[in-house]
This record gives sequence, C-alpha cells and structure tokens, in this order.
Amino acid sequence: MTVAVNVSRFEGITMAPPDPILGVSEAFKADTDEKKLNLGVGAYRTEELQPYVLKVVEKAENLMLERGENKEYLPIEGLAAFNKATAELLFGADNPVIKQQRVATVQSLSGTGSLRLAAALIERYFPGAKVLISSPTWGNHKNIFDDARVPWSEYRYYDPKTVGLDFEGMIADIKDAPEGSFILLHGCAHNPTGIDPNPEQWEKIANVIQKKNHIPFFDVAYQGFASGSLDADAGSVRLFAARGMELLVAQSYSKNLGLYAERIGAINVVCSTADAATRVKSQLKQLARLMYSNPPVHGAKIVANIVSDPALFNDWKAEMEMMAGRIKNVRQKLNDSLSAKDKSGKDWSFILKQIGMFSFTGLSKTQSENMTNKWHVYMTKDGRISLAGLNLAKCEYLADAIVDSYHNVS
Amino acid sequence: MAAAVRAGVSGRILGRGSAVGARSMSSWWRSVEPAPKDPILGVTEAFLADPSPDKVNVGVGAYRDDNGKPVVLECVREAERRVAGNQNMEYLPMGGSVKMVEETLKLAYGEDSEFIKDKRIAAVQALSGTGACRLFADFQKRFSPDSQIYIPVPTWANHHNIWRDAHVPQRTYHYYHPESKGLDFAALMDDVKNAPNGSFFLLHACAHNPTGVDPSEDQWREISYQIKVKGHFPFFDMAYQGFASGDPERDAKAIRIFLEDGHAIGIAQSYAKNMGLYGQRVGCLSVLCEDEKQAIAVKSQLQQLARPMYSNPPVHGALVVSTILGDPELKSLWLKEVKVMADRIIGMRTALRENLEKFGSPLSWKHITEQIGMFCYSGMTPEQVDQLTKEYHIYLTRNGRISMAGVTTGNVGYLANAINEVTKSS
Repeated sequence: MTVAVNVSRFEGITMAPPDPILGVSEAFKADTDEKKLNLGVGAYRTEELQPYVLKVVEKAENLMLERGENKEYLPIEGLAAFNKATAELLFGADNPVIKQQRVATVQSLSGTGSLRLAAALIERYFPGAKVLISSPTWGNHKNIFDDARVPWSEYRYYDPKTVGLDFEGMIADIKDAPEGSFILLHGCAHNPTGIDPNPEQWEKIANVIQKKNHIPFFDVAYQGFASGSLDADAGSVRLFAARGMELLVAQSYSKNLGLYAERIGAINVVCSTADAATRVKSQLKQLARLMYSNPPVHGAKIVANIVSDPALFNDWKAEMEMMAGRIKNVRQKLNDSLSAKDKSGKDWSFILKQIGMFSFTGLSKTQSENMTNKWHVYMTKDGRISLAGLNLAKCEYLADAIVDSYHNVS
Repeated sequence: MAAAVRAGVSGRILGRGSAVGARSMSSWWRSVEPAPKDPILGVTEAFLADPSPDKVNVGVGAYRDDNGKPVVLECVREAERRVAGNQNMEYLPMGGSVKMVEETLKLAYGEDSEFIKDKRIAAVQALSGTGACRLFADFQKRFSPDSQIYIPVPTWANHHNIWRDAHVPQRTYHYYHPESKGLDFAALMDDVKNAPNGSFFLLHACAHNPTGVDPSEDQWREISYQIKVKGHFPFFDMAYQGFASGDPERDAKAIRIFLEDGHAIGIAQSYAKNMGLYGQRVGCLSVLCEDEKQAIAVKSQLQQLARPMYSNPPVHGALVVSTILGDPELKSLWLKEVKVMADRIIGMRTALRENLEKFGSPLSWKHITEQIGMFCYSGMTPEQVDQLTKEYHIYLTRNGRISMAGVTTGNVGYLANAINEVTKSS
C-alpha cells in the first residue's frame, strides 16, 4: 500500500537556469538543421569534427589494463606519481621551487576542482580577502568563488575597441585593489578572449602585483594547447616563480590530454619555505576530504604513465603540436574568409593575434543570438567561439554568419 | 580564527628580473597550521610506515580477500575490457551518466519502483558517498536554510565535517548503546520525538558505520512511523548495499519501509565497497519529489551545486557500473561476487568470536556476530587500541572500530590473542 507523499518541502524550488556554457551543447544536440555548427564548449574536435581520444591515452589505458592494477582509494592528496609529474610539467623539473620542495600539490577534479579547493583555502585562511577576476572570464569562476563564499571583483581586461588587451586598465585595477588581494590570471590562452599579455606585459603585471603585495593565482587549463609547446605555455607561471613569489596554480588535463570526462587536474601552491608547503598541503587535504574524500584514480594514472615514459611523452608532445596546429590553421582560414567576405574593410586580424581554443569575436549578445537563430551556429552569448569545433570546410559558412550578424544586427 | 599576517616585505619593490631568494621572503602561509591527521585514512598511512612483519591493518574499510589482498571483482575487470578503447572521453552532462543513475536508482528504490516509472526522483551521479552527502548538505543549506541535521552517535567521522562545512547546524541523536554494544532504541526514539518538527535525520540504511549495529525490521517500522508523525526528513546514507547481508534487496529494506510509509526521502549511494570501485569515486545522490516537474527542478539545482565544485563527474567508474548493471550476465556475476565478500566477512566474525572465547576472554563477544557489515565496534577504549598498535602492530581507529574486511584466517588467531591480552583485565 502506498500512502500519498506529504506536501513536499521542496515545493518552492524553481528550475535553475541552464548553464551558459554546457547548456549550449544541449541546445545544439536538439537542433536538427544539417548546417548546424557547435562552437560552444571548448572540447577539441578533429578536422572531421569528431571528438578525439589521443593515441597516447589509448596506449596508456591498454598498459593499465594489461597490468590489472587495483582500484583502492588514492590518498586524499591523490596519486603521488601524478602529483610529482604535474608539478614538474608546470615548473620544469630543475626549477628551484621543485628542488627546494616548496610546492604543495594536490590532485583535484580538473580545473574546476582545483579552483574550488584553492577558493576554500582562501576563505578559511584569508577571510575577507578578495579575488580579482578578469572582465570577462570563464563563466564558472564567479560561481566557484560565490559558492566558496570568497568575495570577488573584476579587473579590466578586454578592450572592445581594439578587440585586444586593455593593459592600462588592467594595471590600474590591480593597483587599486586592497593590498593582499588574490589576482586570478589565465596562464595562457585566456578564456574566453584568446588574448594573452606578451612577456613584457607579464613583467609589468608581476611588478604591480609584488608592489601591492597581492598574491598571483593562475588558472592553467591549456598548457601545451596554446602555442603547441608545454614549456612555452608555462612561461608566465615560471616568470612569476623565478621572482621568488608565492603563488597558486590550478591545472587541468581536460584539453591538452583530451581527458575531459576523467576530471584530472591539480592545485599547486608555491610557498617560500618547504615547511609552509607541507602545512598548506595538509590543509588542502582537509578541505578535499569534506568534498569527496579522495580524487578519482583513472585519469591520474593515465597522466602519470604518459609523463613518466619518454616515448609516450614524446608522442604526447607531437599530438599536442598537431592539435594546436589545427587550431592555428583554422584561425588563418577564418581570417582569410572574413577578409574576403567583409567588404566594409573591418580589420578581422585579431583572430590571428588571439591564441588557444577560443576567439572573442566582438559580437554582442543579440548578434550572438542571431548566429544561433539564423545560422545554427552555437556559441556563448558573450561572443566567444570555440575554434576547436571549427574545421577548414566550414570557415566560409562561419564567415558569412559572422559578417551578417556583425553588420546587420544591432 | 586564522587571520593572515601580511608578509613583512609589503611595500618592497622587487626589481624587474631579479630573483628574490626564497628565505628572505616571509610567507603568506605562516598562520597555516598542519592539519590533524585524518583519523581513518591516517591509520593506513601509519600501517604502511610500520616495518613489522606481524602488522595487521583493520583500519580503513576497504575489502581484502583471505590473503589480505585488495580485490578487483571479475565483473569489473570484464567491464573494463569492454569499455577500453572507448572513443569518447567527452564531458558527461552535469548530472553524470544517465544510464548509471538509472541502474543505481533501481537498486535503491526497487526494479519496478513506481517512483522511477513516474519520474519523481531527482538524481545525479556523485563523487561516491562523500560527494553525495556533500551535495545534499549544500542543497539542504540552500533550500531549507532554517533546518538542522540530526546525526547518530557515533557515525562516520566525515559526516560531521561535511555538514559543518556546508554550514548546516547539526545535532546528534542517540544510537549506540555501549553497555549492550547494540542499539539504544528507546533513547533514539525519544530523540526523534523531541526534535523540532521538520528536522533532517541522517540514517545509515544498513551496516552502520562504525558500529555495525542496525535496527531490526520492526524497529525500522517504528522509527519510520515516528519520523512521519514529526514530519522529519529522512536522509539515508547507503554505502554498503549488498555488503551487509550479501543480498542488495535485503539491505535496502529500511529504505523500502520508508517508501511504503510515504516519506519523501533522500539517498546517498556508493559503489566504493560493493563494487570495489573505491578509487573511481562513483556514487549517486537522489531526492524523491512530489512529481516529475519538481524532480526536474530539484535535479537542475543539484547540478547547479555541482558545477562550481567539479563541473561534471568522472566518467570511468560510471561506465564500469552501467556496463555491469546493464548486462544481465555481468549483473548476475556481480551479485555472486558481492555475496562472496559478505559471506567471508560473516565467516570472519564467527571466527574472531570463537577465537576470543577459546582464549578464555572473560568478556562477552557476542556483539561481534550480532553486528553486521564491514565493521565491528569492539568496545575497546582508545588506550587499549593504542596498546594494540604499539605492542602488537595492529592498526585500527581509536574508537575501537575493527574493519572485519582486514581479518583473515591467517591473522584471526593473532588478532584474537592480542585483543584478549589488552582487554582481559578490564
């Protein structure tokens, strides 16, 4: 016999809004038009617009299968071999911060999880301290700091007039922030704009951060994916570390190893002493325990296997160059198509200057909506397109859509 | 409260390109103290560090075979062979693997559950049991901000941490009765009656951790009735389905009773133990709602909470689960293997008790065979536990909880002797 359920205490719960980024893919799936193009979420696609599992990953998984390892809990801080490999990848194995054991590294749930752990650490040990995030930034940054109860404000970053970096605005806003703020920086391939500071600008940013006694907090989600070189893409982080600064770095292997769904990344905290690093690591573990006890093992083993085997590591570097190379080709073709089709003389070359998976087109919200409604091109409403979802064959169609939306929609 | 002391080098401008020696810079993190060792996971760390050949690990609740070795189930190996070379590592939806969640709900609510048919359950894949509890705690805070959670004494230590970090006020209810090493039923019922109407109650569906003491079916019915009268919200943590009796259906009995009685419940489920997928972090959080529309709304809010924590859950373990549960042969194999694990535990309980009685222990050890699941609440004091560790290299948590999964035919005699030695004078 089933008795009717009491009036639910969840009566007043309303539908949450669709996620602005992940919701795009869902809408794309529902569209039946054959011309549709998914330039929403930043997941790499091949030239045939298919998802891509890296060959090195397949090799690593087969090795793991053959070995038949057990599935015991990882320690709270994650797989030791992975933690070692990931810090070395980021800083370079010979970096003093590594040799002096000054980096606290904890495996986390990809970039999101790493950011969340760092946010929890900030909330606990720097109550009231603010995080400054770029305007614009990845949509989930705000949610993470909100849910972790860390106050945030924005620093100027994107200049719509030049479709480039508002460097003066950025420096001014960092200078104005209360001393001891955390400055969230994208290590390379800024999301969503694709606009990165050049090395000289990075030096100036480091100067003002040091002067104001702020703490740099890097989000590195595209190491290797931006330029094709792992070392080059870690340049900004290494520049700051070389100055002896303490800093935080959130890492992700979602894109550069295509391990999106395995949720593999790490939070790194570079401290001025090994003792501080030990203490910080112990507190990060405490925070992780409250969220999920210990991190998932599968992705960590894949990464550790690849990075520790010279042959696999080389294979990985080659595949990454290939992926970054495809993106660069697509940028070139898109730039050429836009120049050819847009008779107004507008300069579209910012597409070539930007780097990484994303391009900030400069399209407004209504223009972006036109892209979707009229042209079945799926993108986020901030004007961001994921070039990873574009191939050479579709560049002309996309150029038509962009030119139409930019000039004919206000 | 840890307030950061701003570094002493404030205002010092470091020249461009100069590398400041690490030692000359005061650290941001000076006020960060070393965290205390996790009481449960810390035990394994200490065990691993011990060089003694006699050492025994009856600390963390991870299943071991009779040789003391971790076990990967055959059904899991086969599932992994099938999913290897899976061409798709794309992000799962925020709510996780739909297939895995569907199969998981059947286990908890019943294969033919009308609630599943009517789509009244809001459910998302979660990071094992911990992640499911954490998501629910955050959900409770956000949507029932004035509510509090009642947690049994004792309970898995991390429960307190989870709800505290979610800023949900917590109270406790009586559960374990030290004198009888059983359930303090009368006090439990009093606490249920005295709690303000509409409180949230955390219940262990089966194989209570750490005591192994479960209410009988009749007791569950009375608890259900009283909770209904008071309008409380029952939240079940089910981490051991199948592991307690060997039969998943039987282990879900308490939940089924509550469903029959018309409660709207929440459940945290985990595959860490019953499928041996510990490190894969696979589980599920479900909330039974009034109707499909509400379930959709609640699910969207659960996803909203997960997004700023980890965006979407890991795929590998979910694939293994859905492969096994979606294939009748593999599922049947799994059920056999779960029973083997549960039976071995039950056998070790008997062996430990018999050995203790054989050593002539003056105390009663019948609670060892009366308790159920992976753990046995031995009744030993922290001092006795310390002695067990120092003198006999036997590792367990200081609350006297023995993980029966770590007991083997090879070490049960040694263990019984040691326990007898440290307790016989008490």
